[in-house]
Amino acid sequence: MKLSLGLAAALCCLLPGPAAAQKSTAEGIAEYRRMLEDGNPAELFEAKGEELWKKPRGPRNASLEGCDLGLGAGVVKGAWVQLPRYFADTGRVQDVESRLVSCMATLQGFDAAQLESTPFGRGEMANITSLATWIASESRGMRFALPQGHPQERRMYELGKRAFFFRGGPMDFSCASCHSEDGKRIRLQELPNLTKNPGDGVGFAAWPAYRVSNGQMWSMQLRLNDCFRQQRFPYPGFGSDLTVALGVYMGVNAKGAASIAPAIKR
Amino acid sequence: MNPRLPLAAIVAATLALAVGCATPPSAAELDAQALAMIRASFRDEGIAKTERLRQDPSQSSCSSDQPPPPEVARRIEAQAQAGIRWPAGGQYLGDWREGEKLAQSGRGMTWTDASDQPAANGGSCYNCHQLDNKELSFGTIGPSLWNYGKIRRVGNVADPASATVVQYTWGKLWNSKATQACSLMPRFGHAGLLDEQQIRHLMALLLDPKSPVNQ
Repeated sequence: MKLSLGLAAALCCLLPGPAAAQKSTAEGIAEYRRMLEDGNPAELFEAKGEELWKKPRGPRNASLEGCDLGLGAGVVKGAWVQLPRYFADTGRVQDVESRLVSCMATLQGFDAAQLESTPFGRGEMANITSLATWIASESRGMRFALPQGHPQERRMYELGKRAFFFRGGPMDFSCASCHSEDGKRIRLQELPNLTKNPGDGVGFAAWPAYRVSNGQMWSMQLRLNDCFRQQRFPYPGFGSDLTVALGVYMGVNAKGAASIAPAIKR
Repeated sequence: MNPRLPLAAIVAATLALAVGCATPPSAAELDAQALAMIRASFRDEGIAKTERLRQDPSQSSCSSDQPPPPEVARRIEAQAQAGIRWPAGGQYLGDWREGEKLAQSGRGMTWTDASDQPAANGGSCYNCHQLDNKELSFGTIGPSLWNYGKIRRVGNVADPASATVVQYTWGKLWNSKATQACSLMPRFGHAGLLDEQQIRHLMALLLDPKSPVNQ
């Protein structure tokens, strides 16, 4: 792909000339992103998510205000930076999206399997994305502190690590193929090293995010889904143990990093 | 099931289950649980089938944060080298213009692609490598290939002095694991991602003195 017209237009106003192109290209993109931060479309999804949390809905006509995201029923502030974690009522380690499915089923009467099989961007899955966006925003600036006190939480970290390094598919890719070294990039897209804390607002700390290039709000489940698509893997189940385990691995590695979610991306 | 399992082991296992598995799982148990979790977490979609999760020895040996033992790595490399299919008629080069198009294209083999045939695939080369230095949008996962042929003094590909470089390059494109067991580079020929003619085009991009890469 050649540089897109919009990006090229933005860059040619910012670049001093072809000789200094390499460093200036990265600076140019950072500047492009700063221009976009003046009004992140994710704010629309935050507002929608907050509305959905409070509104009585579903066959039971109940709100989600009774939903426990790990800090007690209805406590949203600070919950995002401690997810995924173990939940006694489901006996599972869950991320925010699989936890929302549990709450929407238990409190509101939705069908969990139907929720999980709804494509991204459509129907109740779009609502789950909005809810996840708002929940993440309620922890903006807070630092990741996933609990590892429960044996299941520690087990999921270990399984997530193994999954991270699992090579497969026709191109032999694993998460590690792109995300296990410092300072690498695909084309011009910088790649965070997710085997450790890559820094504030980077990697796990930067999703959910609004993607300008396709005008879509991406939750972590969708980010992982598209990673697997590009790895040439088959289709990961929404909220599956694999996706949650990877969240535990990345989130525990990011301990202390400040979340900037919901962020804005190219 | 081993019918001759000692009684003590059966009692121990039963007790462990009764107390809720108080001992944490061993590394080997976690390895097995991880594989089971991975297999259970995917479904088929389009051309991307769950059989893609079945690892061959080179994939499973390179699925750790640690490299495989040297003897395992050498075995993987030797096996890969032995399986390289050399081009018909000893014709190594195609058209560098077609090579540049293939290098620019990252298409193919995902569940949103209609066909898994080489004709539908690109080489994704610029995703990881610099090639023609006029292209600013290049990745850094692999080394720069700018001036690849020029640096290696490949003038005429048919010259016996160039044979080692030419064969090394073909081998790398056909099966990158032949020279580096845990290479991050896909096995373009071996995995059927690109066909012989497409690889010839990439060879030309890298080795033809007229290619923009060698200016």
